[in-house]
Amino acid sequence: MVSGLINENPIIYPKKERRLRTDSSNTDEFTPEPIDQLEIFDHIRDIKDPEHPNTLEDLRVVTEDSVELDDDNSYVRVTFTPTVEHCSMATIIGLCVRVKLLRSLPARYKIDIRVAPGTHATEDAVNKQLNDKERVAAALENPNLVEMVDECLLPSDE
Amino acid sequence: MDLMEKNLELVEIQKLEGHTDRVWSVAWNPVSSHADGVSPILASCSGDNTVRIWEQSSLSRSWTCKTVLEETHTRTVRSCAWSPSGELLATASFDGTTGIWKNYGSDFECIATLEGHENEVKSVSWNASGSYLATCSRDKSVWIWEVLEGNEYECAAVLSEHTQDVKMVQWHPTMDVLFSCSYDDTIKVWWSQDCDGEFECVQTLGESNNGHSSTVWAISFNATGDKMVTCSDDRTLKIWGTDIARMQSGEEYVPWSHLCTLSGYHDRTIYSAHWSRDDIIASGAGDDAIRLFVDSHDSVDGLSYNLLLKKNKAHDNDVNCVQWSRGEGDRLLASASDDGMVKIWQVATKP
Repeated sequence: MVSGLINENPIIYPKKERRLRTDSSNTDEFTPEPIDQLEIFDHIRDIKDPEHPNTLEDLRVVTEDSVELDDDNSYVRVTFTPTVEHCSMATIIGLCVRVKLLRSLPARYKIDIRVAPGTHATEDAVNKQLNDKERVAAALENPNLVEMVDECLLPSDE
Repeated sequence: MDLMEKNLELVEIQKLEGHTDRVWSVAWNPVSSHADGVSPILASCSGDNTVRIWEQSSLSRSWTCKTVLEETHTRTVRSCAWSPSGELLATASFDGTTGIWKNYGSDFECIATLEGHENEVKSVSWNASGSYLATCSRDKSVWIWEVLEGNEYECAAVLSEHTQDVKMVQWHPTMDVLFSCSYDDTIKVWWSQDCDGEFECVQTLGESNNGHSSTVWAISFNATGDKMVTCSDDRTLKIWGTDIARMQSGEEYVPWSHLCTLSGYHDRTIYSAHWSRDDIIASGAGDDAIRLFVDSHDSVDGLSYNLLLKKNKAHDNDVNCVQWSRGEGDRLLASASDDGMVKIWQVATKP
């Protein structure tokens, strides 16, 4: 019997211990703290995979190193690795990452999302869609899609 | 007059607040400007599903929102265009429809709704005489509508040669030739041989013709219609030209060719480009800046352009649309942004 999942047996990586954030030396409450790579990763690591009860971190779809950041220029690029090459969920995953960052980061941030080179059969097509803000905006006006994205972004009950 | 020699700057005249979501496009009413003795009118459309009409008071010189066109489109209004007579406003929406609105003095009424596209309508454009309307959509098609009496609109053609989402349609300023640009990285030219309403694609400007290497977002013509500028996700502006005299006199189509590429000036996607009546090209990009370019007039072989000025942080977010006003010599520019604002700018000499 075919269950219909793209990837029935994803590799689930052992959970890494979370680094405690050191106390910031900046005690001025009016100066915005610089955003760092770990903070961005913290926003996206717990996004649930659309098909499995695991997070993007569990499945190594995103790692801390997959976040490239230039806080001075308000720029971030997230490179994600779908679990299988023909994953049709790749655009959904990319959309979830974008939406989470749009909701979490200051408005000044420019966000680029891409599939890790060589890990997806139609990576150029996926990347183009994920970075066309008009397409993203129209997609997010689709209630079914928004529901799916919101599901993935819900914090899981540990 | 060499613009490059003057010390010019882009001065913010006013910030128009009111939309509750990103503003996608702005359009100046063609028949209203100070020169006509009528207050300039500007339309803006937004992700908040509405269109706002802004008017400048002749007394206070400040802009206010005269009216909000709402409760018609059920999704984002992506672009809007005034008819050449200035009496009608067409609005293109993600809800798949194109609204036609008439100005009844103090208010606007939606007098027609054009349906047919399978999904989001991205752009709408009137031809020079107002006899045709064109629309385009993510459904990859370009539709041409004939404007008939009694607020009737009839679909004259459904053109399906783009292989992807069509971002903008723009009629040539003097001839009934239609141009479209797309997510498929090309610009297509549509022409009717016998002017009988049978349009066909007579040219495709793609990578092999020195065209863009990514989505083409906008097209704009110069006043005489012998040149056009296109802008793209590939972060370049391209200038194209044709022998307009030959085209206007003859029976056959005269192809457009690439003249010049402006690269290295933009760091993010360029969403809009507009060619002013006095030959300044304005661009609006995803790096929140507005740039102005002028012909350098010093290139021995071919055309070349110089950056006249760059306005950093013109908005707090992406600039989606830049449009020069229609008035002669007033050098007013309107811009629309993801920050929800519309801004009016003036090109002025630095004090």
